[in-house]
Amino acid sequence: MNPALEKISDLGLGVFNWVDDRLHVRKIWASTAAHHVPQSAGSWFYVFGSATLLCFMIQLVTGIMLALVYVPSADEAYASLDYLTYHQQLGWFLRALHYWGSEFMVGIMLLHMTQVYLFGAYKYPREITWLTGLVLLVLTFGLAFTGQVMRFDEDAYWGLGIGAAIMGRVPFIGQQLVDFMLGGQIIASETLSRFFALHVFILPGAVLAVVSLHLRMVLTKGINEYPVPGMLVRRETYDKEYAAILKKEGVPFFPKAIDKDIIAAAIVIGGIVACSCIFGPKLPNGPADPLQIDTNPRPDFWFLWIFAIASLIPAQIESFALLVGPVIIGIFLVALPFFNGTGEKSWRRRPVAVIAVVTLWLSLGILTYFGATSPWSPVMDAWSSLPPGNTQILNRSPLQLQGAVVLQYKQCRNCHAIDGLGGKRGPNLTEVGMRLTKPQLTRQVVQGGGNMPAYGQNLEPAEVEALVDYMISLVPEGVEPARDFTLKKAAR
Amino acid sequence: MNPEPEKAYPPATSCCGSQPEPDKSTRRDFMLKLGFGLNAIAGAAMGIPLLGYALSSFLKPHQLDWVSLGPVEIFPEGKTRLGEFLNPVRRAWDGATAKIPCWVRRIEGDQFQVFAINCAHLGCPVRWFEESKLFMCPCHGGAYYENGERAAGPPPRGLYTYQYKIEQGDLLILAGALPNLAQPIA
Repeated sequence: MNPALEKISDLGLGVFNWVDDRLHVRKIWASTAAHHVPQSAGSWFYVFGSATLLCFMIQLVTGIMLALVYVPSADEAYASLDYLTYHQQLGWFLRALHYWGSEFMVGIMLLHMTQVYLFGAYKYPREITWLTGLVLLVLTFGLAFTGQVMRFDEDAYWGLGIGAAIMGRVPFIGQQLVDFMLGGQIIASETLSRFFALHVFILPGAVLAVVSLHLRMVLTKGINEYPVPGMLVRRETYDKEYAAILKKEGVPFFPKAIDKDIIAAAIVIGGIVACSCIFGPKLPNGPADPLQIDTNPRPDFWFLWIFAIASLIPAQIESFALLVGPVIIGIFLVALPFFNGTGEKSWRRRPVAVIAVVTLWLSLGILTYFGATSPWSPVMDAWSSLPPGNTQILNRSPLQLQGAVVLQYKQCRNCHAIDGLGGKRGPNLTEVGMRLTKPQLTRQVVQGGGNMPAYGQNLEPAEVEALVDYMISLVPEGVEPARDFTLKKAAR
Repeated sequence: MNPEPEKAYPPATSCCGSQPEPDKSTRRDFMLKLGFGLNAIAGAAMGIPLLGYALSSFLKPHQLDWVSLGPVEIFPEGKTRLGEFLNPVRRAWDGATAKIPCWVRRIEGDQFQVFAINCAHLGCPVRWFEESKLFMCPCHGGAYYENGERAAGPPPRGLYTYQYKIEQGDLLILAGALPNLAQPIA
């Protein structure tokens, strides 16, 4: 070697040794990045944890960037967001990265949790890893919720209202909780300030602390070996068995088992960048102006299922479900590694676990779909914006045409569709004449019932008659309207 | 400077041998206890105000006040109109959020009903439909009659109502807090 180079490399080594002597870099490296893991853990199924952590890192960096411009004040938040999106150089891209980073983070975290559950990784001796994971689950959802408040648009404002309304259902201390959440008596400046503090200081700090413990547990108790069907976990023998696995097929995590994590990291970063470029940031809708009541508040994607539950659950048990439901789920998840801490790990021999996971994801998917389409919401402008089609008015008697006017003008279509157009809350009126007779329809319109308001106060008898006649005329050709058999008998 | 004789670190055993002297140990114990005690006092001196600051909303009594919705004449008899008011409790940096809407129904003469904008289900803003005489909620489909009673959907009760009075030709309501099931303003 060139003597000059040799000198430099000697110097470099000397500096490294000096640093290592003070900071114990080699020792720390060997016990962390290079700690031994079972070779089987270098699996594609094991990438979700590191991918979630990666998302969090992206959120930290992009979040700090956004905080350079964003103003957490009820008066100015929206304007600063507008500036950030449309005027700040690459502001839209940073906002998009942060938004998509959060969507990816929640999604990948849920995949991670699913994998941990299906692979029995929560079982002995990794109870605390599971418990810290649960805390991270709550913190991450907390970050996602407080994050959508930062947009401080209509959705944020009314979303806070929904949060306050749920708090207000807590017995005894409901009002105190509402005040505590809002930081005042109404949704205003102090509400945004405390959600900002939660979103940028308290929750990320808590995540950092709990993630440290979560990873510490991965190091002390080792990563779960790829479960083999029939290999049962026993408290008395597992530690020895795990040590034997490590001895037999243990490899240093870096560089022997990290390859797939690194590839997954690139896919996640690529995915976030691609979504940011293609779909852009989530644009704030109107500013958080309470006077602007012409609004359809909807939560972000990962909360749509809760939004759907709030509508679909029977009203009598709603408070109970909203308040006690999460507690029951929480207790179950906390208790899981203790009452189910041993035995079979592999999902191939845990059919109940598989059914539970499939059911949960299907429910989540269906509820999210309902949340996104919200068929229970009246279509507020259906009565004024949807013209009746030709088939609905051609060849109608004057009385029926008058009924068509009543139907349109009295906003029936906000909740009832005709030929598939209009609200989906009530039954489709094209077919209602097949099920209900004229007196039944009249009764339903006048007295309401089921989930329909009574219109008796609001319609003249002649209007009701026209309306009912019109609805019966909507019955498709070739189908007979509903008949009252008692009447038929009497006629004979 | 006086030249001092070089001092070496005393051997570890010279001061605290394998058998620590009992009286010293008690003094250490005392110091430790004193340290804990002093910190408990200092911690309370700092911590109690911290808690008081963070939890101030639990201690502050609710503050409601009469606010004007404008002269009675702007609300036609037999109709329901959107009213608005400046919340009596507000900050200079509240921006648009300090202005709160409400539904004002003038039955006749000085007989009014003033409803909160918030649906009794989960607080979304209800909209008034003059033609069908219904309030409808865009979130989960709650519906209310003209007089605020629940008509359909998930709301557990009718619309929240404000107390009102008429003073010098102005319609005043007692307002200041977001209504909810724990504290319906009525």
